[in-house]
Amino acid sequence: MPMREGIYGLLAEFDTPTELVTAAKAAYAKGYRRMDCYTPYPLEEAAEAIGFDEPQERGVARICLLGGLLGGCAMFSLETWVSVWAYPLNVAGRPLFSWPAFVIPAYEWTILFAGLSAAFGMLALNRLPAPYHPVFNAANFRDGATTDKFFLCLQSDDPKFSSAESRAFLESFRPVSVVEVDH
Amino acid sequence: MATKDVAPHNPADPKTDRMIDPKTGEQRVLAPNQSFRSVTETISSIVLTTHTPLGWFFGFVLAGGLIGMLLTAVTWLFLKGTGIWAITMPVAWGFAIVNFVWWIGIGHAGTLISAILLLFKQGWRNSINRFAEAMTLFAVVCAGMFPVIHTGRPWLAIYWLFPYPNSMNVWPQFRSPLMWDVFAVSTYATISVVFWYIGLVPDFGTMRDRAQSKFAKYIYGQLSLGWRGSARHWMRYESASLLLAGLATPLVLSVHTVISFDFAVAVLPGWHTTIFPPYFVAGAIYSGFSMVLTLAIPIRKFYALEDIITMRHLDNMAKVMLATGLIVAYGYSMEVVMAWYSASRWEYFMFWNRMFGPMGWAYWVLITCNIAIPLTTLWSRKLRHNVAYLFAISLIVNTGMWFERFVIVVTSLYRDFLPSSWGTYRATRWDYMTFVGTLGLFTFLFFLFIRFVPMIPMSEIRMMLPQAKVKHDNELPTEAGH
Repeated sequence: MPMREGIYGLLAEFDTPTELVTAAKAAYAKGYRRMDCYTPYPLEEAAEAIGFDEPQERGVARICLLGGLLGGCAMFSLETWVSVWAYPLNVAGRPLFSWPAFVIPAYEWTILFAGLSAAFGMLALNRLPAPYHPVFNAANFRDGATTDKFFLCLQSDDPKFSSAESRAFLESFRPVSVVEVDH
Repeated sequence: MATKDVAPHNPADPKTDRMIDPKTGEQRVLAPNQSFRSVTETISSIVLTTHTPLGWFFGFVLAGGLIGMLLTAVTWLFLKGTGIWAITMPVAWGFAIVNFVWWIGIGHAGTLISAILLLFKQGWRNSINRFAEAMTLFAVVCAGMFPVIHTGRPWLAIYWLFPYPNSMNVWPQFRSPLMWDVFAVSTYATISVVFWYIGLVPDFGTMRDRAQSKFAKYIYGQLSLGWRGSARHWMRYESASLLLAGLATPLVLSVHTVISFDFAVAVLPGWHTTIFPPYFVAGAIYSGFSMVLTLAIPIRKFYALEDIITMRHLDNMAKVMLATGLIVAYGYSMEVVMAWYSASRWEYFMFWNRMFGPMGWAYWVLITCNIAIPLTTLWSRKLRHNVAYLFAISLIVNTGMWFERFVIVVTSLYRDFLPSSWGTYRATRWDYMTFVGTLGLFTFLFFLFIRFVPMIPMSEIRMMLPQAKVKHDNELPTEAGH
């Protein structure tokens, strides 16, 4: 990773979800866009507060649908090809293209591919796995972010970001602490 | 689950028993006054402790011994072939298929809890979700072994199980239910693993942050994929979880349906019935919930998790067992009615023989264990709140469900159409060793799981605490959120 100048952002720590959401909403209203909330469990309001609306984005759902269709078609085609062309077997005069029987493995593969696409699609959209991230540099983040604390990070690459002003802004919400996060 | 208009009928006084919600008079899902940190520590300390309980080692070694037995039985099988089992004509399907169906049925409760109850927004499921899913995985491992080893030479069997271009130019027969089974079970195993792992990712993040030793930090850090709890990540994560739940629901119903096709598609009295798919699925959930109880009751006691796996959970599971048990009872009675109504002498004889023939005892064992004992007593709230009784019932139902599969397989086969082809079935020691060995394998894997993986989903438990909700301006501020 190339060395970068300056800091990644300012990280404010809160004790309750309500305080976090209030601060995040205010930051969004003030014009901050490059920021993120970090919570120990899924908190829909926090995502809404920073202007992220997954139901509207539907990235994971689209990937999942595509995967499912692909899986179903792939299996059905394979079954048809095997039974009609590659290895035609006459069993008591039943038709080679016995599509009702082919539906079941095709159905299973629809689910298989849709499920794998949803899981891996979610990870890909989240850019995971990512063993390193600047926020891990903050000691209080490592202690609380996945246990009981709520964090708001204003990133330094936001055009509105300024070290002093942003810090004063965050401190106006009475967080437990505001720390600088190194790259 | 209970409706509010039913008068609370708890022996304990609601004012003194902290497990009873004074507002509704019902049992609480979680004990009160827990904080995000306290639930996290209760759950993660079981794994992160440097002090492994002695009882754990005891169980682990015992289960390991049973695995030794399984390995012996399977090695001998591979050396000698399936002739060491009791299968022969006319009972060509013996313990292998019985155990396969039994194990895979047990797995179904895990998926039901993790997927169907999630879609139904049953919040109480969160406490038992993770280990019920682990139970699914390990049950599928045990189940999957039987079709593989029953081929005798599994390394030669792949070409007719999976479609791949082989040197013989032979392809599998997709019109056979046994092929459908391969796809149903392999999909089920894969999706269960993925669903389970995705659910674990945020908790592995917690484990990474709470771990003291460098090695544990590294391992959990890798497993957590660098999870940091970003709000954007959580939203995509939630939609992936919902999608997986939505996909696992039709999947779990299809798996036991396809397994029942193995029987129902055959033109054989006792197998060839249309009631098999729903009745197999209900039976699977029935046996699965009883296995969850068999596991949950000792675990909550041993690890003092009564505040997280509460009486409410045990009570709800008993109710699900009662409901699915009644469906199973309906299935049994319909089988009898249809045998009579079909006016087919083969059907009629098969059923008479199933009840009163030389193996009739097995039928009455299953009726006693699955219907007579549980379905008469689980109505009682008092008995549902008796932990020891529930544990006993869970063992009884597990036994009964095993006998159900035994009865379906053996008594439909051992009296063939022609009396000259009649035979019997007497399992050999290798059959028993393999079966008991898989019980050991299941227990062994479960012991590993509770020692190294947080067995209760911490992020989902945090979500259920009252302080997890965002308070809006119009609500009065109450006590501090932690």
